[in-house]
Parts: sequence; C-alpha cells; structure tokens
Amino acid sequence: MWIILKAALSMAGLGLGLGIILGIAHKKFAVEVDPNVEKILNVLPGANCGACGYAGCEGAAEAIAKGEAPVEACVAGGHEIAEQVAHILGKDVQRKRKPTVSLVHCKGGKSKVSHRYRYDGIPSCSMAQQVASGPLMCTYGCLGFGDCVRACPFGALSLDGNSIPQVDVDKCTGCGLCAKTCPKDIISLVPKDVPVIVFCNSKDKPRIKRNICTVSCIGCKACEKVCEVDAVVVQNNLAVVNYEKCNGCGKCVGKCPRDCLNFLELKA
Amino acid sequence: MRPRTFEGGIYLLGRKEATQNKPIEDIPLPPEVVIPLHQHVGPPCDPLVQKGDRVLAGQKIGDTDTFISAPIHASFSGEVKAIEPHPYFTGTEVLSVVVVPDGVQEEVRLEVPDQDKLTPDRVRSIVREAGIVGLSGTVFPTHVKLSPPKERPIDSVIINGCECEPYLTGDYRSMLESTESLIVGLKIILMTVGAKKGYFGIGVDKAEAIKRIEDLTAREQNIEVVPLDTKYPQGSERHLIKAILGREVPRDGVPMDIGVLVQNVATTIAITQAVREGKPLMERVLTVTGPGIKNPKNLKVKIGTLVKYLIERCGGFEGEPGKIIFGGVMRGEAQFSLDVPVVKGSQGIVVLPKEMAEISSPRPCVRCGRCVKVCPMSLIPTFIVTYVMEDKIDEANAAGVLECIECGACGLICPTEIPFIQYIRFAKNILLKERKT
Repeated sequence: MWIILKAALSMAGLGLGLGIILGIAHKKFAVEVDPNVEKILNVLPGANCGACGYAGCEGAAEAIAKGEAPVEACVAGGHEIAEQVAHILGKDVQRKRKPTVSLVHCKGGKSKVSHRYRYDGIPSCSMAQQVASGPLMCTYGCLGFGDCVRACPFGALSLDGNSIPQVDVDKCTGCGLCAKTCPKDIISLVPKDVPVIVFCNSKDKPRIKRNICTVSCIGCKACEKVCEVDAVVVQNNLAVVNYEKCNGCGKCVGKCPRDCLNFLELKA
Repeated sequence: MRPRTFEGGIYLLGRKEATQNKPIEDIPLPPEVVIPLHQHVGPPCDPLVQKGDRVLAGQKIGDTDTFISAPIHASFSGEVKAIEPHPYFTGTEVLSVVVVPDGVQEEVRLEVPDQDKLTPDRVRSIVREAGIVGLSGTVFPTHVKLSPPKERPIDSVIINGCECEPYLTGDYRSMLESTESLIVGLKIILMTVGAKKGYFGIGVDKAEAIKRIEDLTAREQNIEVVPLDTKYPQGSERHLIKAILGREVPRDGVPMDIGVLVQNVATTIAITQAVREGKPLMERVLTVTGPGIKNPKNLKVKIGTLVKYLIERCGGFEGEPGKIIFGGVMRGEAQFSLDVPVVKGSQGIVVLPKEMAEISSPRPCVRCGRCVKVCPMSLIPTFIVTYVMEDKIDEANAAGVLECIECGACGLICPTEIPFIQYIRFAKNILLKERKT
C-alpha cells in the first residue's frame, strides 16, 4: 500500500513542479501572434491549394494580416471571402473579381480524334506530352490522362467516358491550378456569367482539323458573322471569344456546324 | 587476361548474328529524298536553295553562321520539289528539303589541299564544310570537338568501336571494310588536335576487327588497340575513357577537361573521306535488322532516304511489326510513321515483332537494388524515380538525376518493370528548362 502511495505522491509532485515551470515558461516566452491571423484563417477555405502563391492558407493569412498581400489574395475564395477578410481588417475590397470557372477547351477525347500511335507509358498527360506531343493526331487536344483532375484540391474535375475532364461548376473556385498543370494549355478560366465557350484549341489548318477530329473548330467564321457585338473572332484558324464584349446572347451557338461553340452548362 | 571495362553495367545478348557477316550493300535510287535542315546539336540551318532549283550531289543546301552547327548537303543530284516541314524521327516536324533525284548523280566535291600540306586549321574547316557530326547518334558537330582551347590540350584520342547496342553491326562492318580509312582518320585527328597517343577501343566480340586493326597498326608506335569487355554501355564516352585510360571525367565536365577526345568509327571514316577526297557527309552506314525484318542487312544509305524504302529493300516485315525503333533497342526512338528520313545520326533501324514489343504495366518497387548495381553512373535510380513520382524534382536533382546518361540498364533489369527512363527524362526536361531561364 505504502509503495503505491509513494509512487502516486512522487508522480503528483513531479507533475506539479513541471507544471509550474511550464506555466512560467508560457508567460515568459510567449510568442505574440496577431489575433487577426487566426480570424482570417478561419474565414479562408482551408484547402491549402496554393493558388495565391503562398504556402497554404496559413501563409496567406499571415501575409494578409501583415499587409503584404491584398485582402483579395485568396483566389479560390472569390469575392465573398475577400469581403469577409476585409471586414476583419477593417479595409475595403479594392477590385471586384469576376467569379470564374475553369474550362477544358477540347471535346475530342479518345473517341473523336484519331490516334498516331498507341501510348504504353506512364498514364500521365505531362509524361505522354514528352513522347512526340502525345498519341493524338491533334497536337493541341486533351490527352485525357487526368493530370488536372489530380491537381484539383476541390474535387471539381472528373473524367467523363470520353476521357475529357468535366468541370463541376458549383465546386470549381477558379483557383487555376488545373490550368497550370495542363501540358497542352487547354484549360482557361472563363467568367461564370458569360457562358459562351469555344471547345477547341487547335491552331492547325482547317483541312487537317476536319480530317483528324469530328468536333474541331474549322474556322468557318459562321459565329463571327452572326455576332452583333464583334465578340467572336476567328484568329489562327480558331474562334476566340472576347469576354469583355460578349453579352451571352447565344446567337453564335446555334450557328456552329461542328458543335464546338456551346453554352457552359450551369447546374441549377 | 580479362578485357578492360568499367564498374556497373549489364551483359546483354549481342543478337548481331543476323547481319555481322553481311557486307555493306548500296541501295538503288529512291524516288525522292527528304533532307531535314536540322541534323545536329545547335540551331537549325537556313535553306540555301529554292523550290525548283537543280541541286548537285554534295552541294551545300543549308547552313548557319553559328559555330556549334554543321551544314547540310544534298545527297542526290536532282530537282528541289519542296521546302516544307516533314516528320522527323523524334516525332516532331522539321523544315526539310525534298529532292527528286534525276539519276545522273552529278557530284561536287570540296576543295582539298595536297595531303602533305594539311594543317590543323585546314582540317577543321574541311570537316566543318563537309557537315560532319558525331555519327553515333549524339550528332555533336565534329569540328567543335577538333578545336580544343589552348588551356586544355588533348593528349589522347580514342576511337570508339564498341557498338555495345544489341543488333547493330554497321560500325563492325565499317571497321572490317574500311580499315585503312579508319586508321588514316585517326592519324588526321591526332595531327589536328596535337595528341600523342591514339587508341582503338573495341569490344572483344569483334575479334576479327581487333585482329585486322592490330595487324595494320603493328608498326605504329603511337596507336594501340584495346580489347574491351562486351558490356553495356561500354560505348559511352565516360566509360570508354575509364576503361582505357583509367581517368574519370568530372561529373559536370566533358572528356576535353581531362585531355581526351573520343570519336566514333563512322565519324572517323567520314573525316578521312572529307579530308582525302573532299567528300561531304551525304551517306552513312546503317543496319536494318531485328526479328521483325525478313532479310536483315547492313546498308550504305544516302541521307534523306525514307525508312519505307529501306524496309522494302530488306524484304519487308516478318509478321506484324510491334515496334520500329530508330537507333538501337536500348536508346533508340520508336516510330509511328515509315515516312521519316534517315539522318546523320541514324545508326540503325530495328524492327521487333508484336510479341516482343508488349509492355506489361509497372508494379511497385520491391527494393531489390538491382538498378543500383547496374547503374554505370553510380546513381540510385530507384530513389530518383520515387522522387519524380512524388513530384519532388528538386530532391531528384540532389540525387543526381542530371548525371544520368539514359542508358536504360536500370529499366531493363527491373523485375517490376518500372519505366525508369521516362520518369528520369521528365525530371531532366523540367530541370534543364529551369536552368535556361
């Protein structure tokens, strides 16, 4: 009995003594943290996507609190988060960022584009790109190994049956990580409110494009002619939408003979 | 005595039986040749001819002002049909001159001085004008290699007669059939760079070539024939120097740093032909071989001949082709089109039938360490590849990924079939791009 008591007492004594030392150390060596950092961190999405250029959300929060980064630094958060951050710091949001969504400008995929060779290597777009720009006849088109899907920290992208990444518009925050990953540069950020998209990225000659892909833009200029605000222009054999001018009337969409100029399907 | 060699590496089946005893053959006139204007290390050449012009065989059709580059010559006399981008063996397209041969084969030659009036500078300028590059596939301009800076003199020249890639026999046949030119070429190189000693490094599987060259150089005090083990990659510059001279090329350096110059057999013969006869580089010896070819041959082919004519000349495919490889099976490039032309760096065309070309999917590393054992550069390939898989390119750099010579021994020995070289090339490309910017 006495042994147990001795052990319990000595442990309690040790605990008390060390506790007091820790308590003093906590007061004496306390690191002052800007309380705003924690508040900002709570508001940020917490996905640590790195799209802002800082190492995760904590790095961004520190930079915003110190004033090194603007209140709208969080790319993924968008305008709402920027306002909340601005509220914490008592600042105003300087510029309003249009909500954007990432989009794959290609509809080709494995069934609609012809192949030059069979690729047996590592299943990754950036790896396949090294082998003569990938197995597709179209050297501009989506390779469909899903590097962007793996890069998305929000789970907004998924490969469809045709190996083309589809964007879940509700989940996409417009952080742009997928666009940085894509070795073909066919992902771009487009504004959510003007949803006219050209689903082709090929700058090849129309004759070649027509032969190798069934859903390619052939530069016929049908969309350019019908547009009343000159927002669609064919450059380098490819239709390009100027989102500053486009009013989303959609007249061009019905005119495209190749089904590659479409509305963005916003999920209700 | 055991033949000299290096540490690491891998013993491969030579598989050279099909062509090693067949003399080099010429091929008949192809209907057209496509001569790419970029067949060397350095910037591409600008075309010097126009569509519709008549060119002569050996006429210069492309050149640049840059020091590290080599001019391109027409390989046939005929009419220029077009100057347009054309598929190239790397899978990209390169601006090329398409010539339709007229069958006359009217030739122009370079001006050469009397052989006793040759000076090092004259040799260099002839070699440059002849468009000679490293014919072992490195395609580095030879006149640059022959111009060592004063502070780094060259004392030894090695002629690389290893041909350690399986299937290929072009260099072996050249050593037997053009032995005199080869030895003269070595003497020209020795004179040009002012080196004292010349070596022939030849694999012991080429006993006949060793004997022939030994017989012909028996009286030469400064030329030595060194038999080497038939290990892969014995033909790599660093490992050749290590085996013959016991010197180590610094990790970031070139053989010139330790006073050595290495030249390939075919390049040396091309130098002799240019300096003696004024013949520019417009043809090369290559082996069309592999189990997927009906009648494998060693061919002397004019630069720009399309691969399909060569396959035709060798009796076509045996069964269904699985992989058509430009160069050797270890380091070559698989092709998806037969419309690619033979270029200066093409050592051979190896066709593997379908059942040999099947690739099974990689399984996780079992940490057996065989890749570490065979790596001739003493790297740890499994670590490097694991870093690249995890997207840790900087760690891969610290592990020495840039020192890899891409011999492919690790990928071949790997029991779990991890595609080492694809990962390593990926990391190297990223790092080299970063270094440029």
